[in-house]
Amino acid sequence: MCGAGAGGAAVGGGVDLATATIIEGVVRRGEAPVEGAYVRLLDATGEFTAEVPTDAEGQFRFFAAPGRWTVRILAPRATVTDRPVSADRGDRIHLEVALDG
Amino acid sequence: MSDTPARDRVLVTADWVEAHLADPRVVLVEVDEDTTAYDKGHIAGAVRLDWKSDLQDPVRRDFVSKRQFEQLLSAKGIANDDIVVLYGGNNNWFAAYAYWYFTLYGHADVRLLDGGRKKWELDSRPLTEEVVRRPLTQYVAQEQNRAIRAFRDDVLAALGTQNLIDVRSPDEYAGRLLAPAHLPQEQSQRPGHIPTAVNVPWSKAAADDGTFRPDAELVSLYQEAGLDLDRDTIAYCRIGERSAHTWFVLHELLGLDRVKNYDGSWTEWGSLVGVPITLGEEPGDVTDDA
Repeated sequence: MCGAGAGGAAVGGGVDLATATIIEGVVRRGEAPVEGAYVRLLDATGEFTAEVPTDAEGQFRFFAAPGRWTVRILAPRATVTDRPVSADRGDRIHLEVALDG
Repeated sequence: MSDTPARDRVLVTADWVEAHLADPRVVLVEVDEDTTAYDKGHIAGAVRLDWKSDLQDPVRRDFVSKRQFEQLLSAKGIANDDIVVLYGGNNNWFAAYAYWYFTLYGHADVRLLDGGRKKWELDSRPLTEEVVRRPLTQYVAQEQNRAIRAFRDDVLAALGTQNLIDVRSPDEYAGRLLAPAHLPQEQSQRPGHIPTAVNVPWSKAAADDGTFRPDAELVSLYQEAGLDLDRDTIAYCRIGERSAHTWFVLHELLGLDRVKNYDGSWTEWGSLVGVPITLGEEPGDVTDDA
């Protein structure tokens, strides 16, 4: 239950990929991955559900539920980016996010 | 002192911290769930507290004792008359938890950095990897102040008579998620919420950058959620860290006297045999037997 750190590539911890709903991705500035961007997961009403900082590879990951979500990215010197996502049970959705700043 | 608005006594801005980096009366303390965050950079002079290994008993599920807390703070070089300024990741969840914990053990002057680590980073303020060692102290704690901590029997007794406030996300409240969505969802306990609890997610009290909303907005937030601010209130979440954030808002910023944090929270309630649980968006009532 611990490990609120950034999302990594391998899904560990006995997660059943057939039943989980995973929303993950990479944040970049140009080609370079951005570490320490804050990625927020908002539910269908826009309410905060979770937030993670990106890791050294710019990666983040959420364990969500089926439904409509918004992924919001905050980073120093960049405008706030929102990406809508629709996810089903068993989905593993990958986002590529490019910062403007 | 009593003329100072509560907010100015318990909350400091990033500018205030930068102006007090060399102030010998001020001790910065970073508190994280992800304890590697401190190693990658912290505010100059800040010591680290590990939410799990420093603040939880290593065997049973409870806090460290008064004596262990005294040893911990003495080893970290924190003195009774220091101004302790807490900050951390996760929008200050664990820093707020530590704030509540320091208050529980009677520290005189403890404050939160508004916006925590995130605001500091988004402002591109400096961080350092320099290891901090402070001279040892002889810290003396008070007995735990039970007026701000609720146990499961307090919550059972409060059903139908006191405010219960569930500060988890709407999906956790309704029972669609068992943990915040940055964590895997496999958990042993049942989903749902404590009957009669209203859902006011902790995040509604903060802006995107983690800073607290103005007092007037906070009062409206809880009133509109149906919370009677004249009644006793118990806040809970999953493990008591997000509800410490809301406890801070209600007890420290808004000055409500009778507010407790239930640190057992959902990981305890959702595992108890025979207690009532409500599923879905409505608070439900005590007689629900579903």
